[in-house]
Amino acid sequence: MAELKSVKTTVKENTQPQNDKRDSIIQEDKEIVFQSKNFNLWYGDNHALQDINLTFHENDINAIIGPSGCGKSTFVKSLNRMTELVPIVRTEGEIQFRGDDIFNSGMSVEELRTRVGMVFQKPNPFPKSIYDNVAYGPRVHGIKKKSILDEVVEKSLRSASIWDEVKDRLNDNAYGLSGGQQQRICIARALAVEPEVILMDEPTSALDPISTTKIEDLMQELKKDYSIIIVTHNMQQAARVSDRTSFFYQGYVVESDDTNVIFENPSDKRTEDYVSGRFG
Amino acid sequence: MSNNKIRDQIVKNTRNKSNVFEKIIPVILILITLVSVLATIGILVTLITESLEFFSRVPITEFLTSATWQPYVGDGEWGIWALIMGTLKIVIIAVIIAVPIGLGAAIYLSEYATEKVRRIIKPILEVLAGIPTVVYGFFAINFVNPILQSIYSGFGLYNAVSAGIVVGIMIIPMIASLSEDAMSSVPASMREGSLGMGATRLETTIRVVIPAAFSGIIASFVLAISRAIGETMIVSIAAGSTPNASFDVTEPLQTMTGFIVQITSGDAAFGTNLYYSLFAVGMALFVMTLLMNIIAAWFTNRYKEDY
Amino acid sequence: MTLIDKDVIAKKRPGRQSRNQILKWLFFLCTMFGLAVLILLIADTLMDGWDRLNMDFLTNFNSSRAENAGFFGAIIGSLWLMLVTAPVAIILSVGTALYLEEYAPKNKITDFIKINISNLAGVPSVVFGLLGLAMFVRALALGNSVLAAGLTLALMILPVIVVSAQEAIRAVPESVREASVGMGATKWQTVSRIILPAAIPGIITGIILALSRAIGETAPLVVIGVPTTLLVTPTSVLDSFQAMPMQIYSWVKMPAEEFQYIAAAGIIVLLVILLLMNSVAIFIRNKFSKRY
Repeated sequence: MAELKSVKTTVKENTQPQNDKRDSIIQEDKEIVFQSKNFNLWYGDNHALQDINLTFHENDINAIIGPSGCGKSTFVKSLNRMTELVPIVRTEGEIQFRGDDIFNSGMSVEELRTRVGMVFQKPNPFPKSIYDNVAYGPRVHGIKKKSILDEVVEKSLRSASIWDEVKDRLNDNAYGLSGGQQQRICIARALAVEPEVILMDEPTSALDPISTTKIEDLMQELKKDYSIIIVTHNMQQAARVSDRTSFFYQGYVVESDDTNVIFENPSDKRTEDYVSGRFG
Repeated sequence: MSNNKIRDQIVKNTRNKSNVFEKIIPVILILITLVSVLATIGILVTLITESLEFFSRVPITEFLTSATWQPYVGDGEWGIWALIMGTLKIVIIAVIIAVPIGLGAAIYLSEYATEKVRRIIKPILEVLAGIPTVVYGFFAINFVNPILQSIYSGFGLYNAVSAGIVVGIMIIPMIASLSEDAMSSVPASMREGSLGMGATRLETTIRVVIPAAFSGIIASFVLAISRAIGETMIVSIAAGSTPNASFDVTEPLQTMTGFIVQITSGDAAFGTNLYYSLFAVGMALFVMTLLMNIIAAWFTNRYKEDY
Repeated sequence: MTLIDKDVIAKKRPGRQSRNQILKWLFFLCTMFGLAVLILLIADTLMDGWDRLNMDFLTNFNSSRAENAGFFGAIIGSLWLMLVTAPVAIILSVGTALYLEEYAPKNKITDFIKINISNLAGVPSVVFGLLGLAMFVRALALGNSVLAAGLTLALMILPVIVVSAQEAIRAVPESVREASVGMGATKWQTVSRIILPAAIPGIITGIILALSRAIGETAPLVVIGVPTTLLVTPTSVLDSFQAMPMQIYSWVKMPAEEFQYIAAAGIIVLLVILLLMNSVAIFIRNKFSKRY
């Protein structure tokens, strides 16, 4: 118990200044999308996220890595306030989305979640047709015209690189597709409302290697138009796809830097141990 | 730029969205939900006020202690034990029939039957459970009772045995399916532990599965008893309408439910002792079944906590 | 030293195995008992009632003379009854299930409502009849009308539908809910466009099974005082009416033997209707199960 405590305090001491300094030096040419300031989160009495200070820029793929239970999923779900679905969650601190605090700026949670799309761990299409899945977002946001919907559906499916596979069976139930196809439908569904950021919570953890490659390639395409924040437990994936990587450990950010720095020349011993596979 | 057309429109729509629906719907749903609470309050208020009126006319001590129920003689004699004894006779016979058969069926379905057999049998049990009780009543008086009479001529047209047997048949599906649920929720690993040591299915069932599912099985018995206490049409048709506290199962009798039906299908003029007695008997019935249901819920929670 | 004598164990084994076999057959017989009763019951009813089952029986009103007695008034009356019971029960119970599963906060009041509903499910139907008699027939002065009986039955089957609707709603995976909410859909949009459509087959199955219980229910109708010899069908929900189970009960209670055959004919009609309702329910359940 005593040991655990001492680890936590050291982490706390050397996280905060490090992130901010590096971010401001390297990334000053790109616009900031998300910035968290001393963000804390509790599940009941469990202090799951502690003083998180992170910045995410436009057109970057940001990877968040760390061992199970380190808070990486919780953090990403905080960015579009999905954590609020759990009644016992309590937060402190700020998360700014394009300069506005998402908790206090008067932006409705619906608007936030429209502008910040999310792709989940397991493919979770609705029990509806492929077309209705993709058109769901535009429809709930009041777009009813068939011609516009048709256009949005095709464009989103194309962006998600699945148009060719499903264009002849748009009215089939999405549950008839393979897991990898379902996940790309879910990505298309998220793209249909043209979000500014896409959050991905371990999007390939339930998929086979071939589907995983397809999704990773897709992310490189999407990066041109969107900022992507991806949680992954797969370090190779983070190394392959991301520009920036943040390492979470026991609810803290240990280190956040350019991906090649994190993987080749980390400044913290624990980051090095983790990326080299010594624990986690 | 075409990229942002949809985005802009959606964000605009989202900002202009009126949230009237979001606020009104929960309120409507709460109001709807409260109806079920009102129903309970309605039942309680009805039973209590009308029973109190009854007890202002008839001493409650007589009601609770006497075993003579003769509403038509003079001012009437109101000892509910005559009716409770009738209910008890029916319940005991029903339990003797339903517990072994229901439990046996549950054991077969949970421990021996293949998935295919289970898929055929369970809907049959559901159909059996869905047969209207008035049909069971017809069956009791036109099929079961003639057989009883041919076996032993002492059985009258109305008696406890024919009604009791058929009430038992009616509650078999309940015992079978609830007990089967309880046994099925015993983890397979526990069975494997016993079977893996060379125990037979039977030994595994008796020594491992049934003890593990015990509270669930007991809960199914108690719920079935509660259903038997409240069963109305079978006893109204096949058990007769003669309240008595004897133990003779060949004689006609009257249960609490049977009394309510007899009085309401004739005329219980509003404001008479007879009218209010309906609610006093209803109150007794309500309390007894509620008690059974609470006991059953307690047992059910116990087995649900275990797994 | 050997603590276990292998020979003794081996000698006992055949006995244990045959005990297992014998009991297995006994348990099987218990299971088949239900089926046997079902067959006997149906055969007995068919033998008694088949001859009386003809167009006259279906189109005549009831009569005090057995040869003229018909089921028409009762069939139409039961339909009227369902016309009141079904919508009231569906709105009340689906609304309640939606509230409990999707909106209710986790607190003592919600727990109380849930316990209350499960206790309501255990209240004998004859007690619901007493509620109907005191509340609807007398206090609200609805008399022995379709409305009074329909409301009584709706309250009686309410807990049954609530529980099955709750199960159907709960079966919609959390991940699908998250997907909808995560796109910025509001609570009600998620409920009305995703959850309800996905849960509707389960809900409909529950509704049909509950209605088939209501249509065969007799005791509350007796207590409310539903008549058995009317020569008209209702023209509004405030009229009095006849009902199938009630009619059957009154025939079964008749001392003259011919009425037993008419009762059997009535039972056949009732059972056919129930069989149809159950088949539809089972069809819907099988067709739409295993979606996730």
